[in-house]
Amino acid sequence: MRVIEPVWELGRGLARTFASLFEKPVTVQYPEEKREVRPRFRGRHVLKRYENGLEKCIGCSLCAAACPADAIFVEASENTDENRFSPGERYASTYEINMLRCIYCGFCEDACPTEAIVLGDNYELSFTDRRQAIYPKEMLLEPVPDAAMTTPRKVEPGVYQRSVPEMKDPQD
Amino acid sequence: MTKQLTLTIDGVQVTVPEGTLVVDAAKMAGIDIPVFCYHPKMEPAGNCRMCLVEVGRPVIDRATGQAVMENGQPKIQFMPKLETACTNTVSEGMVVLTQTEKVTEGRKGTLEFLLTSHPLDCPICDKGGECPLQNLTVEHGPGKSRFLYDEKQHLAKHVPLGELIWLDRERCIQCARCIRFQDEIVGEAVLGFEARGRMTQIISLSEPGFDSVFSGNTSDICPVGALTTADFRFGARPWELKASASICSQCPVGCNTTFNTRREAKAGGEIVIKRVMPRQNEEVNEIWMCDKGRFAYHYAESAQRLVKPTVRQAKASWTDAFDLVTQTFEASKSDVVVLASGRLSNEDLFNLKSLADGLGGKSILYTDMGGGNLTAQVGVGQGTDLGKLGKGDTILVVASDLYEEAPVWYLRVKQAADRGATLIVANSRHTKLERFARYAIRYANGDEVKTVADLQGDSKIAQEFANAQNAVVFFGSDGLGLNGSANLAAACAKLLQDTKHVGKANNGLIGVWQRANDQGAWEMGFRPEADLASAFKNKIVYIVGADPAGDDPALALALKGARFIVVQDILETLTTHMADVVLPAQAYTEREGTYTSGERRVQRFYAAVPVHGEAKADFAIAGEIGRRLGLNTENGSAMVTFDRLAASVKDFAGLDTNKLAEVKPQWPIVGRGDLYYGGTTYENKQGLGVQLSTAAERGEAVSLPEVRAESALRPREDQLLAVPVTKLYDRGQTVASTELLTQRIGEPTVSLHPETAKRLGVAAGGRVSLAFNGLSAEALVKIDDTISAGVVLVPRSMGLAVREPVSVQVLGLAEAKVS
Repeated sequence: MRVIEPVWELGRGLARTFASLFEKPVTVQYPEEKREVRPRFRGRHVLKRYENGLEKCIGCSLCAAACPADAIFVEASENTDENRFSPGERYASTYEINMLRCIYCGFCEDACPTEAIVLGDNYELSFTDRRQAIYPKEMLLEPVPDAAMTTPRKVEPGVYQRSVPEMKDPQD
Repeated sequence: MTKQLTLTIDGVQVTVPEGTLVVDAAKMAGIDIPVFCYHPKMEPAGNCRMCLVEVGRPVIDRATGQAVMENGQPKIQFMPKLETACTNTVSEGMVVLTQTEKVTEGRKGTLEFLLTSHPLDCPICDKGGECPLQNLTVEHGPGKSRFLYDEKQHLAKHVPLGELIWLDRERCIQCARCIRFQDEIVGEAVLGFEARGRMTQIISLSEPGFDSVFSGNTSDICPVGALTTADFRFGARPWELKASASICSQCPVGCNTTFNTRREAKAGGEIVIKRVMPRQNEEVNEIWMCDKGRFAYHYAESAQRLVKPTVRQAKASWTDAFDLVTQTFEASKSDVVVLASGRLSNEDLFNLKSLADGLGGKSILYTDMGGGNLTAQVGVGQGTDLGKLGKGDTILVVASDLYEEAPVWYLRVKQAADRGATLIVANSRHTKLERFARYAIRYANGDEVKTVADLQGDSKIAQEFANAQNAVVFFGSDGLGLNGSANLAAACAKLLQDTKHVGKANNGLIGVWQRANDQGAWEMGFRPEADLASAFKNKIVYIVGADPAGDDPALALALKGARFIVVQDILETLTTHMADVVLPAQAYTEREGTYTSGERRVQRFYAAVPVHGEAKADFAIAGEIGRRLGLNTENGSAMVTFDRLAASVKDFAGLDTNKLAEVKPQWPIVGRGDLYYGGTTYENKQGLGVQLSTAAERGEAVSLPEVRAESALRPREDQLLAVPVTKLYDRGQTVASTELLTQRIGEPTVSLHPETAKRLGVAAGGRVSLAFNGLSAEALVKIDDTISAGVVLVPRSMGLAVREPVSVQVLGLAEAKVS
């Protein structure tokens, strides 16, 4: 018995190892291969645009007010129809997030009255310098599909008057 | 003593004077009744319906006149409907309920109506975060609206009422606070309602739009975000701002202010001032301030700021600059002339005076107005509050256009007149205050002293002045220079002394100085000098906080005669260009100190933003130079300097930082806790300041100078006389850097009598050329039929250097042809 037991246990272990050779692997070949994130994953922020390319962000600074880590800095300026960034009177002329401070809690998403800031899928953040960790608006803003839709741009006067869109009750 | 009445509000017994409104009585007891249209500084309007409460009154038996008793208690009869707390005055035995279900429902209903067409764009609204509508909706609102979203009114959101104030028509709830402020408090009905019902809108009735120097206050008291200032537009959210207490440095009123600061990317990551707000001091500025104080702070961040010392116009280190200045001063001690202006704080002036005295040199105050030695003797007594003047009191305003020179004094004098005080306005022309005067005296230029002397006669006005319970005299330099105003001050002092209106609170002389701390400079021992040119000749001139070369080409010429020029200032000027050594000073926003207001109130200001470049505080520079010359002057702390000042200047004896920081409860209660009541004015937690006592008050002998009959040059038959007047928005260094005010500053404009204009062949808006003192200049023409035909009114600090009344040659210019 004294001899058999360790051998038995060893064999059991080796059998397990051997069996796993035929199992589907759980590891992925990161970074060549990436795993899909969960629907509610909170990654790096993205500043969204409307379908017409105008920025959703109106520079209200409520995300900065909600941020428990004081990671967001917003400064607003005034829109004109010749030089329009977002609908309505106000847009964010400076929008910075310090990714080292951010704790990815998502309060900024909740606070946003225009659903402009969304925590996206990107979790690949690395910096070699503290300054790099501060993402300016250009890095956060969603790219435009078409060059004509970029901001700022000249728009027809008097069309984009409302800063805060008419919104339905959130469903999800 | 007014009758005291006792009432019960929510079970709390309150005793208040008769005539108190229910809403105020509740506030005194610490019970908040929400309001939008009611403001404690104004008459109630009762148009927003937010303050509805249940009011019950004791039932009185008609036969006996006694209260009907029920179970040993007076029987209370409640009205079937809610009543407005803001229009009902209290009565004995009244019972007010503010928390019942009926009241709660009433508030819900009112808010639901007020929000029918409100855009709910709080995220982009400058008021969001300090908005009464927002706060009260959260507290009392229904949460949901039964109105149809599609039927919301969409109105213009970006209407300029003037260039300083924007109106958002959707946000307006028609409370009329702004209209009532302009009508009742300022007395300039420049705003009004247009149309009716749902179409009611605020409009500006004046041209140019919102033509008032108090326009910024309407944005403070606006209970929604309908009125916002152009200066702060989208500047920051209110919760992001830090508040630093300060004192306005634009005029001798000494309004208490708060600087709101924030770090800003646009400014390169610096902490900058985003807006200036009034801070409550009921004895100085109440809860108001003028637009100059509110918007003209930008000069401190101008690109012209001096940031490094220069020696012979080349950048140098402080050590080199100090070495050169000290050596030069050491070598020719008694030849040093210190020329300082009232832009400096008490500490700066004290150190400069100590330096000048230590060297045996001369100290000169840079001003065109005299009489400061008299305000120290027969000035207003301790405890003076213009807000307490009323029936039976008299205010004389002579040779001063308070609206342009010291707007908040205009406001307070006007309100004193409304309360029944006798206002006498004496001037050589029409001024805005005249409309509220019981007696308006229009004298000929040169008759200033005679006019004041005549107030000691048998005339009705003289009698009224002599018999007044309290009398305050404001004297200024409207149409006068240094000598003229000094003579006028002597005449005013004599009038007050002879009528025994000196040495007590609410009585005495107030100088409407040209700069904020001119009074302080007089207290420190600085005296003006009529002939600056000869004072500069062959001297070592140390100019602090003044730009004589820029103000007057004659003085620029005179400065060339100086041996050595040291200029200490915050901005680059023509004078700094002429200097051998330039020492960069800190603006008052970057340092602390104290100012002495025209009412001789010493008030402290604090640093709000970091220092620009290598600039040092004025007192520290003067103190350092003094130390290097072996004098025991303080070069580090402003408050240590203040303590030394208090120890050696008699009138300041016993003052210290604790005394300056004393506060007391003030009415109305304002502050961040309940913005709905008094507006966004800041509560005063940093000190109300201390008024200095006068010689007359201390029972010391008062020695007044002899009054000279002739106060100023008179216009002669065959010539025109240019007389200087003060404009609120001028091209002075402390105003011109503010872009927003450019339109109000405008072109240099002289006023002519219609006949003079006719003779010269010019019309209003035409151009004339002026030749005086060997200089020539061009200016636009304004017609004023209230001035004498022999004079031309020339605005100060507008590039036309008229410091004293002077004879002038005027030629009408033909309109320039378009080539």
